[in-house]
Amino acid sequence: MKPKPISGKAFVLGDDIDTDQIIPAQHLVYSLEDPEERRFYGRYALSGVPDVQSGLPLGGVPFTRPDAFESEFTIIVAGKNFGCGSSREHAPFALQQAGIQAVIAPGYARIFYRNAIDGGFVIPFECFEDLSGLVKTGDELEIDRELSLLHHKPGGKKYPLRPLGDVADIVEAGGIFEYARKHKMF
Amino acid sequence: MNKNTGMTLTEKILARASGKAAVSPGETVWVDVDVLLTHDVCGPPAIGIFKKEFGKNAAVWDREKLVIIPDHYIFTKDVYANRNIDILRDFASEQRLPYYYDVGTENYKGVCHVAMPELGFTRPGEVLFGTDSHTCTAGAFGQFATGIGNTDAAFIMGTGKLWVKVPETMKFIFEGEIPPWIMAKDLILQIIGDIGVDGATYRAMEFAGDGVMAMDMEGRMTLTNMVIEAGGKNGVVEPDQTTFDYLAGKTDKKYEPVFNSTDARYHSVRRYKSKDLQPMVAKPHSPDNKATVTEVRGTKLTRAYIGSCTGGKISDFEAAARIIKGNPLRLDTYVVPATTQVRQQLREVTFEGETLWDIFEQAGCHMGEASCAACLGGPSDTFGRLNHEEICISTTNRNFPGRMGSKKSQVYLASPYTVAASAVSGTIADPRDYLPVAVG
Repeated sequence: MKPKPISGKAFVLGDDIDTDQIIPAQHLVYSLEDPEERRFYGRYALSGVPDVQSGLPLGGVPFTRPDAFESEFTIIVAGKNFGCGSSREHAPFALQQAGIQAVIAPGYARIFYRNAIDGGFVIPFECFEDLSGLVKTGDELEIDRELSLLHHKPGGKKYPLRPLGDVADIVEAGGIFEYARKHKMF
Repeated sequence: MNKNTGMTLTEKILARASGKAAVSPGETVWVDVDVLLTHDVCGPPAIGIFKKEFGKNAAVWDREKLVIIPDHYIFTKDVYANRNIDILRDFASEQRLPYYYDVGTENYKGVCHVAMPELGFTRPGEVLFGTDSHTCTAGAFGQFATGIGNTDAAFIMGTGKLWVKVPETMKFIFEGEIPPWIMAKDLILQIIGDIGVDGATYRAMEFAGDGVMAMDMEGRMTLTNMVIEAGGKNGVVEPDQTTFDYLAGKTDKKYEPVFNSTDARYHSVRRYKSKDLQPMVAKPHSPDNKATVTEVRGTKLTRAYIGSCTGGKISDFEAAARIIKGNPLRLDTYVVPATTQVRQQLREVTFEGETLWDIFEQAGCHMGEASCAACLGGPSDTFGRLNHEEICISTTNRNFPGRMGSKKSQVYLASPYTVAASAVSGTIADPRDYLPVAVG
């Protein structure tokens, strides 16, 4: 089955966005299972990013509107080392709860990358050049997963993304458990 | 031992744990897990996933290998945080876990990464995974130790296995005796500043040289603790007599240490002359934003904080007490022992005839209970949390925006000596001005 393209508005961030900025530690108390409680991870996703760096290039853009549980943005475009810091899986979970489907960055901290994939939360795509200076918050994007291409609609340009490689099967399965079942590992 | 030629310590551990004669960097292997560690923030969601995937009544793969140490949000009125402790307690009881250290009992420990060695779970040659990024601390003992998420932890709870990519190793060698005013924290801040917060992503970081091997286990733990701040997968120090002596009497389990082959291959080797080291800080808002204390001396501060898995061990407090004793403090200063054992030691260990506890209390420090406390902010009633626009100098490990509470606050990371000197001075200060040993 062909993977569906991901399209929607971009939210742009800088370098070294750590997991405390993605979901501040004080919010790590809600249940990740309870359907009512887990929505708070969406509300507080990216609430730790300093205001001036929230939604580049202008900044001052709230990722989620006050009192909302979901964001209007679908794809995060960030600088290097996205997801560094703590190992909290709540970070990719919070982005998923907010409605994010994919992140595009030149590179990731390894625990975040692994959590995003093994938990099946968001797809972490690597780009070959840092796109956080080219894409503006609110720009319409489309990711062609089959060809590993990012279409930046306002600029009319397409940028190659690194193919997912070894982990593509886990991403397609929806996470490590689904993958392990499919391969009869237990 | 021909089969082990050409491998680093990390490669040898992963080869043995995956049942292979040899492995090389980049290879993905499934390893048998010796110890799985979790705590109150990530344990409950991991348990939730374990039950969902393996069944409500499923048993963990090996109850002797699962260690649960609540330490993050302990002394708070937050009802959700307290509920997380209840979830751990219920799980430990239904699974009959021998290694659960419950809050509010004599068994309570505090910060897991400092409690793990105290309890003898940091055994050379073994594989440890933990649902906390600072799990890498245990690499000081020559163990392969790294942080994972809830899903991977749930997978281990059910299967006892996990896949890992074998990392390349970066070696950092410190040649010569470390000057007495320099602490392990200065070494690791120097390294992170040199290679950047993603300078070791996907790699192992090994610390070596006579400067490192002369350190006690707590100093080595400070080095391996912060490899995650450079993106490292694990940190290691080759085990030696210091390691074995520390563990003697703490574990009955036999362990088989492994060592680097003489012809092991490294991603890179960096050499430092110990005598050239300077007291260092990481300025806001990144652990790689390095400066020497000389460069930032006199910088305004409003608070000092001594605690956490990085800087809340007994040797960290001994260092701070040497400078604080007999000096009035000009900063609001928080003292948070990592574990209940360290807290007890504060009342027993003396400097110039006075206990460390008395030295800190008489100087006017705020004395906390053993836990992670404000290192990671936490609920708003957390002890020492930066709730406003504080400028804090801290022995902790991270200073990204909002790490210790408000995103309007600023954090400087430094050694216990530098934090103590700054607490006395009121601005960033050089420990050499306060340590008699530095004069000559």
